[in-house]
Order: sequence, then structure tokens, then C-alpha cells
Amino acid sequence: MLEAYLPILVFLGVGFVLATVLLVLGLLLGPNRSYPEKDSPFECGFAAFEDSRIKFDVRYYLVAILFIIFDLEIAFLFPWAIVLDKIGVFGLVSMGIFLGILILGFIYEWKKGALEWE
Amino acid sequence: MIESLISFWASLPIALTTVIVILLKIVAIILPLILAVAYTTYAERKVIGYMQIRMGPNRVGPKGWLQPIADVVKLMFKEVIIPEKSSRFVFLFAPIMVLAPALVAWSVIPFADGMVLADVNAGLLFVLAITSLDVFGVILAGWASNSKYAMLSAMRVGAQVVSYEIAMGFALVGVLMASNSLNLSDIVNAQAGGIDNWFIWPLFGLFLVYFISGVAETNRAPFDVAEGESEIVAGFHVEYAGMAFALFFLAEYASMILISALTSLMFLGGWLSPFEGTFLVNIPAIGALFDSGIHWFLIKIMIFLFFYLWFRATFPRYRYDQIMRLGWKILIPVTIVWLFGEMVAIGLGWTPWA
Repeated sequence: MLEAYLPILVFLGVGFVLATVLLVLGLLLGPNRSYPEKDSPFECGFAAFEDSRIKFDVRYYLVAILFIIFDLEIAFLFPWAIVLDKIGVFGLVSMGIFLGILILGFIYEWKKGALEWE
Repeated sequence: MIESLISFWASLPIALTTVIVILLKIVAIILPLILAVAYTTYAERKVIGYMQIRMGPNRVGPKGWLQPIADVVKLMFKEVIIPEKSSRFVFLFAPIMVLAPALVAWSVIPFADGMVLADVNAGLLFVLAITSLDVFGVILAGWASNSKYAMLSAMRVGAQVVSYEIAMGFALVGVLMASNSLNLSDIVNAQAGGIDNWFIWPLFGLFLVYFISGVAETNRAPFDVAEGESEIVAGFHVEYAGMAFALFFLAEYASMILISALTSLMFLGGWLSPFEGTFLVNIPAIGALFDSGIHWFLIKIMIFLFFYLWFRATFPRYRYDQIMRLGWKILIPVTIVWLFGEMVAIGLGWTPWA
């Protein structure tokens, strides 16, 4: 059964090798004439006066946390959906309850304004 | 000559021949894919051109047919600029990290009945996992560039892709509930038996959600705030030039084609013909054209690709807060309601797809 995954492994290798080869080819074939103005980060002609790794809005972080919860939920739903015809109504009802709890959480975060931008 | 080749082939160890066969199959997937990417860029410029009542590229070769080749050669010989303040290794690794997953995802796509490189039984799970790796490359690129525009864009892309991934995952669960299998070939075979058996009819809402999420996931118009020329110049790849930029470009178009392929596999019956089981299949000589086969799969992919180009030509760009609102407050509730509806239908034994 595992040998079915061998082509994927080989493909993964080919994918990375191909991408690397293309990049190296670009580095080798292209010219290399650098000067400070060209190598400075692009800022519409202004010289950058501070580092670009600045503070950013905490909402991006919040979205990432909410994503983890929902993605886990999807990870639970995947195997459940596969065996749906074997677990019958019991399986449906229990997943309904599980989803219901998560929807309660979803409504809570919605009302709390975690999904608002502005 | 041929006999000696055959005997030489037979004398090779089995492990080696297996790997060689796999490599040949991979080449048979990647080469047409890269060609398709090149000509999708050409088609994009032509389609948008004609929608704006102009010609599009028409100077290189007859009717501009050689334009993509010229672009590749040009990009090849451009300088790869590495900004001095960037993290050099991550900066160069990011485009590789974007392109490799976009290619690898094709290993489980069935092009026709039995025509698949890796017929694994967790195919869809693999696709979901590998396509979400793309976002790492984008965030790495934005961080490593050490440029304000790139950084802002990386943040936006991260939050946007992650948001639409949820709606996408839920839509996939709906497909799984109908097909009872993660294997993409099985999902297509579950839709066999005519156009009315395709999952698009019972799962129409999920189909819309999936394709919209797919457009958002690949950062294409109207969800292309990641690149948003008018705001943040070119977004996460503003500091990339030459081949490093070309890798991002390749990956974006490969993902577009992948999303089109997945949408047609899961909702439009992949390689299945819409005329399956009708009298058209029995017509001598041209009957095979109406029968299921890889050509139907390619036609469906092209239709969705055309949608991508059409969207780009006609829709104005969404504002970022609108994008997040669409993802979280519309698409996710729609999918959840649809899933509940599907659960009730299955519970009552009403399964139109079975």
C-alpha cells in the first residue's frame, strides 16, 4: 500500500530539483551588476529609513488562531465523511452535536467582532 | 538493436526500472504542464486584450504565438537581484518552496480512467495538504525581502489564504460525504452515469464556494490584494527579478490550472463525458469523441481557466475587509448550512448522488 506513495516522493524530489535548477540557471545566465541603489528595497524612490520588519496588526494573528480551530474541525470531518455509510444515524447525530458546539463558538467570535476589519 | 535494448532493460534491477518509469511519467506530466502555463499567460493577455477591444500580443511569431517563448528567454537572461538587507538563503529558497508544491500536487490528479501517476487512497487529503504549503513560500518571500510592500503583502496573503482554506475544506467534506472516498478516481467514478449524476447538481452551493475559494487561494483577481499594483506595487514578489520572479509566476499559473482541474474532477465528473450513455456515443467513427476520455477533462479545465481570465478582465478588485468578510461571514456559513442539509438528506436516506 505504501509503494503507491513512491511516485509522490519521486515527484517531490523532481519538483524541488527542477525549481532549484531553474533558479540556478537564472543566477548563472543573468548578468550580475549590482550597485547600492539597485540592491536597496523598493520604496517608490525613497531611501528606506527604517527596517521593514515592523509591528503589524494583531488581527492577522487572530485570524491564524481561528484558522487552526476550523482546520482541525475539517481534519475531524474528513475521516468521518469517508465512513458515513457505515456509522449511520448515530454518526450523523454525534457529528451534528460536535459541529453545533463549534458553530456556537463561531457565533460568539462573530458577535465579539473578531471577524471585523476596520 | 531493439532486442538488445529490451534485454538491457530486463537486466536492470527492478527498483531502478520502477524509478525510471516513474520519472518518465513525471516528465510526461510536467512538460505539458509547463507548456500549458506558458500558453495560459498568452491566452490571458489575448482574452483580456479582446475584452478591452485591443489585439493583445501579436508581434512575436504568427499572431504572437511565440510570445511566451520569448518571455521565458527574456526572464532567463535577466539579472536575479538580491536586495542587500534581505535574508539571502530564505530569499532564494522561497520561490522554490512555492513552485515545488504547486507541481507535486499534480501527482495524484487522474487525467482519465486509470491514467494517474500515484493512485493513492488519500488523494484529496494529499492535495489539500500540499496546496496549503504554497502559503509558506509566499510568507517566507515577504519576510526575506525585508521590504515594506513585500512584508505587508505577505501578511495579507497569509490571512487571506488561511481564511479561504476553511471554506475550501468544508466544501471538500461535502464532496467526500457524497463520494465516500478520498481517492480522486473513485470520486469521479461515483459521478458516472450521465450528466445528471455529476456532483455539481446536488452540491451546487459547495461548487460555487469551492471555485470562489480557489480563485482567492491562488491570489487571482478579484482577490489579488496580495499583488494589488495600485496599493503595494507587486506585493510579496516586488523584490524578485528574473528567474526568481518567473518561479512565482509559474507556480501561480500551475495552481490556477490545478484548481480548475480539481473543480472539474470533484464537481463536473473529470474525464466523464456529458453525453455518457446517450445515442451519440454509438455513432460510428466520431462516437469516441462523445465518449468519456481525457479530452473532456482538458475541455473542462480550459473552461475554468477561461473563467479565471474572465474574472480578471471584468471584476474590480475587492477591498481587503470585503475579502475577509466574504470568506468568514458568507462562504463559511453557506458551507456549514449546506453540510447540515446534506447530513439531514443522508439521515433521511435521500441521496440523489448514489
